[in-house]
Amino acid sequence: MYDVAIIGAGIAGCSIARELAKYRLSTVLIEKDYDVANGTTKANSAIVHAGYDAKPGSLKAKFNALGNPMFDSLCRDLDVPFKRIGSLVLAFNQEEVATLEKLKDQSIINGIPGVKLLNREEVRSIEPNVSDAAAGALYAPTGGIVGPWELAIAMAENAAENGVQVLLESPVTGIVKTQQGFRINMKGKTLEAKYIVNCAGIHADEVHDMVGEPYFRILARKGEYDVFDKSAGKLVSHVIFQCPNEKGKGVLVTPSVSGNLLIGPNAQDMDDRNDLSTTAEGLDFVRKSAAKSLKALPSGAVINNFAGLRARSDRDDFIIEESRSAEGFINVAGIESPGLTAAPAIAVHVAELLGEKIGGLVPNPDFNPHRTFTVFHELQDEEKNELVKKDSRYGRIICRCEWITEGEIIDCIKRKVGATTVDGVKRRVRPGYGRCQGGFCGPRVMEILARELGKDITEIRKDAEGSYILTGETKTVRLNDGGGSDV
Amino acid sequence: MYDFDIVVVGGGPAGLAAAIEAKNNGVDRILVIERDRELGGILQQCIHNGFGLQIFKEELTGPEYAERFILELQKKEIMYKTDTMAIHVSPDKLVTIMNAAEGISHIRAKAVILAMGCRERARGAINISGTRPAGVMTAGAAQRFVNMEGYMVGKEVVIFGSGDIGLIMARRMALEGAAVKMVVERKPYSAGLTRNIVQCLEDYDIPINYTHTIVGIKGRERLEGVVISKVDSKKRPIAGTEEFVSCDTLLLSVGLIPENELSEAAGVKLDPVTGGAVVNEAMETSVEGIFACGNVLHVHDLVDYVTLESRKAGKNAARYVKGLLEGEGTIIEIRAGSGIRYVVPHFVRLENLKDELELYMRCDDIYNDKKLIVKIDGKSVKEVYKRRLMPSEMERVKLDPKEVLRKAKGSITVEIEKEVQ
Repeated sequence: MYDVAIIGAGIAGCSIARELAKYRLSTVLIEKDYDVANGTTKANSAIVHAGYDAKPGSLKAKFNALGNPMFDSLCRDLDVPFKRIGSLVLAFNQEEVATLEKLKDQSIINGIPGVKLLNREEVRSIEPNVSDAAAGALYAPTGGIVGPWELAIAMAENAAENGVQVLLESPVTGIVKTQQGFRINMKGKTLEAKYIVNCAGIHADEVHDMVGEPYFRILARKGEYDVFDKSAGKLVSHVIFQCPNEKGKGVLVTPSVSGNLLIGPNAQDMDDRNDLSTTAEGLDFVRKSAAKSLKALPSGAVINNFAGLRARSDRDDFIIEESRSAEGFINVAGIESPGLTAAPAIAVHVAELLGEKIGGLVPNPDFNPHRTFTVFHELQDEEKNELVKKDSRYGRIICRCEWITEGEIIDCIKRKVGATTVDGVKRRVRPGYGRCQGGFCGPRVMEILARELGKDITEIRKDAEGSYILTGETKTVRLNDGGGSDV
Repeated sequence: MYDFDIVVVGGGPAGLAAAIEAKNNGVDRILVIERDRELGGILQQCIHNGFGLQIFKEELTGPEYAERFILELQKKEIMYKTDTMAIHVSPDKLVTIMNAAEGISHIRAKAVILAMGCRERARGAINISGTRPAGVMTAGAAQRFVNMEGYMVGKEVVIFGSGDIGLIMARRMALEGAAVKMVVERKPYSAGLTRNIVQCLEDYDIPINYTHTIVGIKGRERLEGVVISKVDSKKRPIAGTEEFVSCDTLLLSVGLIPENELSEAAGVKLDPVTGGAVVNEAMETSVEGIFACGNVLHVHDLVDYVTLESRKAGKNAARYVKGLLEGEGTIIEIRAGSGIRYVVPHFVRLENLKDELELYMRCDDIYNDKKLIVKIDGKSVKEVYKRRLMPSEMERVKLDPKEVLRKAKGSITVEIEKEVQ
């Protein structure tokens, strides 16, 4: 019997798992997919929002304001890329300038520090590549960019290091209320927990309704993005928003922590909660909208496009509360933007809620908040040489575009909550995110995965079950030449 | 810190030929840096034949062609390091390398030859919308799996783009028992060599759909199919012409990009058309003593031309090391005129012109029964009749140095003869 079962290992579930690891609780983190951070967390704008735009009084406003200042120490403790680069909201006409003034007033109500209005020249001087049509901007110094899946993975790993159980590939199929709590049925297994925290993202309503009376709905709202090569990564140095509208914060242009340029998203309400396809129309809209913010979009530098689904609640706000009909079942639902920013603060709040239910939480004296992660190419030459001397696999570069070594790839497979797939490795240490998109390193990464996991290379998948890459051996009879794989 | 006369970055066909030729021209301290486990570069996975017709007057496979140079390199006792990555080249020719045995080391070179080759354009660069299933990869990555690792990448194949690697892989997959359904090409003509259209597609009854593109990718875990569409004259999809083609594999052969990240770090000026360095008659880049050759300079169709060009780079790097290359003198610009996309080299220093001047170029469209015209300072000095000119096939024109020397003052232009009105 666990004290707490968290369902869903996205940014919210992982944040809560790590927060609960600070206390003497037995906690299990349950994830349906093959890896953590595999839903909305892996496909979003990767922004740490300042918090001026959430409606005053809403949970979004509250947890955004609380979450934002937590990122510096959190990302330092977990060795996660985070840059507080500041953000700009551009206004293109007088009406929009008026909106900026409203947003500035709102920033004071929401308790967001340092927000100020910039005139045309001031915008130009800090962002020379922004469109000449920008009449002014709202500057928020506390806005930033973060690696969202890096953060979620780091929190899951740190939670596991501190005693949280992580169950992957375990879709919850049913939940039964018992005398002491809940019985959770998963594909092929079952477990019991006194409390459940529902962090199931776009499926949060379905998971709640397994045990409680339906009382909220989740709408999947798709957003599509383009990623540009690092050659375009320095085009802007702040997160560049346009004036918000009823569909969200509009299309943004931002550098990413990896040094690329990201543009997006659009907003498309979806019936199908599994549809992660990008569309020509969607991407076209994104490009046209982003182009409005800039003097010119960099041409020919797109290296990737992707889509993510926002989990939007029918309350138009986060839902963070005990279920109305299932006692001990806490919903953390509708965590759309600014959910990434809010997640660490939501986690603190959920721990408090559980503390009230349980009658006080006892701190875990052994909790280690630190998790270190070596990015080889960021080291000094002497440090590199020391590491290579200790483990020569750090001297072998596998990914030529991002200069990722064999040592780093093995490390990310061997860690707690380690990578098991090509995409899992890619999200942890980035081979395949570069210019060649895995053209050169893909086969090598598969080879390393197979070797380290003790599998046959044909069993190595891109991501989910069924995403096999190789279909078998070639017809050719291979001679045993002492090299390559077994005959 | 090591000291070498010449460091060659890349041990593929370009680097090998350049290193050997530099040695032949009297330079001894040469080091070749190769990131892969063996020398030979991409030739090692090109197990089909067709290499070497120009250089050896016989048809070799890729590994056979590479082997001749590797053996020559070893016979000449030229040093090389495999499994070693060149991670930086500075403008003053300090080369930083890394490998598992030694970690990071620095090499001071008198001259550097850039021979890093090229990479394939990936899915993102052509921006096909849709899902992101397994089963979509570049033709070159598939070639590595099939030819070097011995694994098949799919059973029902569509190939997007008619670049040579794609055409070669169409045949290779068919030979391995896969159903190769079609090649989809946006242009009205092939991006690959005519001989590959005949030998890899026609001989295996694989259809090629010209003026078509792929507008959608379907399938959640593994690819289930692609949506193809006709395109108009501006290569835009024509609404209503979409057609679903089921397949579990999509191989991309949509262009090659010279790998010039090291060159840029070294301050080498690039030509936006070729994606490679701007070079002079010696294959020397805008940074003195740094040379470039092969696919890192511009994408070639035949490896034989890579060899010829790289020998020139090797020979001139040796001249440079020995102080025989003139830095000063009359500089003549070489321009791509009407119908020509680019010409390499980009300019010529007349004082260095000892051998014939070889110009490599590609045209911008298909032309039939036309003359290639070379003009010096606006006056035609050479006209070559061509039955057919295609963007996929590189053209080569040789100029007599005496003629160039005598006549040139400002510029040399290559153009395709215009329609007679």
